Amino acid sequence: MFDYEVLRVIWWALIGVLLTGFAIMDGFDFGVAALLRVLGRTEEERIVLLETIEPTWEGNQVWFILGGGAVFAAWPLLYAASFSGLYVAMFVLLLAFIVRPVGFNFREKVENPRWKLVWDSALIASGVIVMLVCGVAFGNLFLGLPFRFDADLRMTWDGGFFALFKPFALLTGLVSLSMLTAHGATWAAMKADHTIAARAAQVARIASLAYVVLYVAAGIWLAYGIPGFAISGPVVTDGVSNPLAKQVAMGGTWFAGYLTHPWFWLAPVVGILGAIGVQLFVGRRGFAGFASSTLAVGGTIASAGFALFPFLMPSTLDPVSSLTIWDASSSRGTLLTMLVLAAIFMPIIILYTSWVYRVMRGRVTLEHVRKSHGMY
Amino acid sequence: MIVDPDVVGLSRLQFALTALYHFLFVPLTLGLAFMLAIMESVYVMTGREVWKKMTQFWGVLFGINFAMGVATGVTMEFQFGTNWAYYSHYVGDIFGAPLAIEGMMAFFLEGTLVGLFFFGWDRISRVKHLLVTWFLALATSLSALWILIANAWMQNPVGAAFNPETMRMEVTSFKDVILNPVAQAKFVHTVSAGYTMGAMFVLSISAWYLLRGRNVDFAKRSMTVAASFGLAAALSVVVLGDESGYSVSENQKMKMAAIEAMWETEPAPASFTLFGLPDVKTHETHLAVRVPWLMGLIGTRSIDTPIPGIRNLVDDAKIRIGNGIRAYDAMLVLRENKNDAQARAILTLHDKDMGYALLLKRFMDDPRKATPEDIQKAADSTVPNVPVLFWAFRIMVACGMYFILLFGYAFWRASKRRLDGRGFLTIAFWSLPLPWVAAELGWIVAEYGRQPWAIEGVLPTALGASSLTAGQVWISLSGFVLFYTALAIIDGYLMLKFARKGPDGLGLWPPRPDAIPVTAATT
Repeated sequence: MFDYEVLRVIWWALIGVLLTGFAIMDGFDFGVAALLRVLGRTEEERIVLLETIEPTWEGNQVWFILGGGAVFAAWPLLYAASFSGLYVAMFVLLLAFIVRPVGFNFREKVENPRWKLVWDSALIASGVIVMLVCGVAFGNLFLGLPFRFDADLRMTWDGGFFALFKPFALLTGLVSLSMLTAHGATWAAMKADHTIAARAAQVARIASLAYVVLYVAAGIWLAYGIPGFAISGPVVTDGVSNPLAKQVAMGGTWFAGYLTHPWFWLAPVVGILGAIGVQLFVGRRGFAGFASSTLAVGGTIASAGFALFPFLMPSTLDPVSSLTIWDASSSRGTLLTMLVLAAIFMPIIILYTSWVYRVMRGRVTLEHVRKSHGMY
Repeated sequence: MIVDPDVVGLSRLQFALTALYHFLFVPLTLGLAFMLAIMESVYVMTGREVWKKMTQFWGVLFGINFAMGVATGVTMEFQFGTNWAYYSHYVGDIFGAPLAIEGMMAFFLEGTLVGLFFFGWDRISRVKHLLVTWFLALATSLSALWILIANAWMQNPVGAAFNPETMRMEVTSFKDVILNPVAQAKFVHTVSAGYTMGAMFVLSISAWYLLRGRNVDFAKRSMTVAASFGLAAALSVVVLGDESGYSVSENQKMKMAAIEAMWETEPAPASFTLFGLPDVKTHETHLAVRVPWLMGLIGTRSIDTPIPGIRNLVDDAKIRIGNGIRAYDAMLVLRENKNDAQARAILTLHDKDMGYALLLKRFMDDPRKATPEDIQKAADSTVPNVPVLFWAFRIMVACGMYFILLFGYAFWRASKRRLDGRGFLTIAFWSLPLPWVAAELGWIVAEYGRQPWAIEGVLPTALGASSLTAGQVWISLSGFVLFYTALAIIDGYLMLKFARKGPDGLGLWPPRPDAIPVTAATT
């Protein structure tokens, strides 16, 4: 039942799930952090905002860490090529992740406005950087990246950090930024004291409107302005994981999959419906607003993944070197073992994560933080 | 293609520094988590408020340290990809799995529960909160287990074979990877080291309170926990360090010989060099003080098995390089024609030695063109830095022995209820940095001693690096050093600040008569 081809598709989907999990769960942390000084006008309000995410952000970030580990285990060539190729971007991203745990923890350890301003700036910057860089990186996947493999499968890269900031990639960066800012705002609208929540709802509406416009614009640009990649020779789905064994043609459309599999359209439709849901519900029904935004995030990432399928990381320098799900995976044994473990542990993770959210349910009010602030 | 040696050197430096930074915080997390669980257990069992306050106070310090552990840990998960891309490709099929499993099985639990530890005191029942703390402690150790399974595979790569079609190592038996004997020894040794560090942290800071006459009942209780937990941990770290030594001698003979500065194979049972000045040029150890028999007993658990010396091992390496070149040649033939039965047979015969041919890649593109001088050079490169290993190991072991004595004495005093005496308290306080010294040196022995290999016998470190420019690595290296150093200074400042404030300064203990109990205020 689990032949190599099926396992590869499952692991492609699972990486998608992890990425979506990261964007949904950690995404609102980034959004709230980025909006810390927009939504939080006073120190007390900022403490409220932080306390809506502090008890759970750490677990949320594990989606990112696990994503890294899972890509390493299931798609080692992708892990190797993307992180080393995008070296400086990755370094910037890591710095943004490094300041978060200390930012959250250290911020309230010293009562001094300048100290707090430093950590707030770090948290705000880290939120904006992660949202932006992830979006820019995604955009670059569609444009193709400048790498090639030699016969030993050693990768060389021909391009710098600033070459990543192409107009289309900047646009996808803004899609990500607006989408996750809206997401964070819907979280604050659901969880924070009412005075803050009202402000957050307003921000959510604006950001999610911007997101829809930018998302649709990116889609149109992708359809008419950006050549797609396709495997041109015979497609071997259960062959060895060596990218050099296939033929790749550039010049088609990234929407080829949408034409052959019309149900792919569900993803962008869900994304846009989610954004409409945000407009309808945010500020009125907290959870519905947040859930709508979750759909927007999930739909958007799925729509991008579907368009790329079966490519993971296309190469402009040497299209044959492009990584696809048919030639960049681990061995069948590793994929199967990891699948069994994921099937056992992911439900457990979801179970205890839900329990923690249930324990921490309810709004964090100004009155609450005045009385007690956790010994964090 | 030969990777730029500067990129290799800088990437190694970056990996070593970031790992050593990470390892300043992680062992303390391991140890403190268990001590918190023990203290909270006493609270739940006896219902005495002071134990809850102890858990909360040490918990604040735990939280500061935990944040640093996470901050420095993020880099580690991604650094294989950024700086060691060829390594990631070459062994990702095996090495990636334990990292992913660590995320699923341990770090997720740890990350999800740590928030509840701090924010859950008034939201869940006592017993549930205690369970959260225990699961947090278990998850931190479970994390260490999977990381050390990955690390042990670098020291002893079992359960995998080279596949010429994908140009990488692939799993043949996950069971062997997980049940790697090196992993078991390393796991217990490393977590015990963490427990020792946690115990020392609590012991020293409590000693400081007692020296100042502050928080006396609080500090004495903390000290009793630290003394008993620390004694058990220190015994385990030394005994299982010995087990670790035994497994090293089994599969990393060169590391063992370098630690002992054993240039020649000695007749069994070999002596242990207590003190000496290893001379890399003349292959001698000056002013050596030797204990007869001891090394043979530790390394082989017998009196008649010889332990090979460095020169013999270099000669062995030359033979393995020769075999490796044959395997490499067969691999190239197979890449062109995977049905070549003769090449397949040669590769099967010698694939355990192919890594040795890759040692030549540092000097030339094609190992098949190696001259006898090149082979000599490559064989010589299998010797790690002897003086550093020799001394790092001895200082680490001396620290370990000292911990047993100190915690043993503290335990004796605690059981006599005599946790006073300025001499004892002063020594306990000033011993604070030693577990860090021992842990960092332990990392150096294990990982610097693995050089020139990234994966022992399989992949040389120099070959594993990404094709980057030295400039790129300079940017990241200086960035990490600046960032981490700044954060470490802030961390030290906050630790000091909160340790100084103490439970009294934080208003935790003793309870002020006018204070509203925390539980009552928020429910």
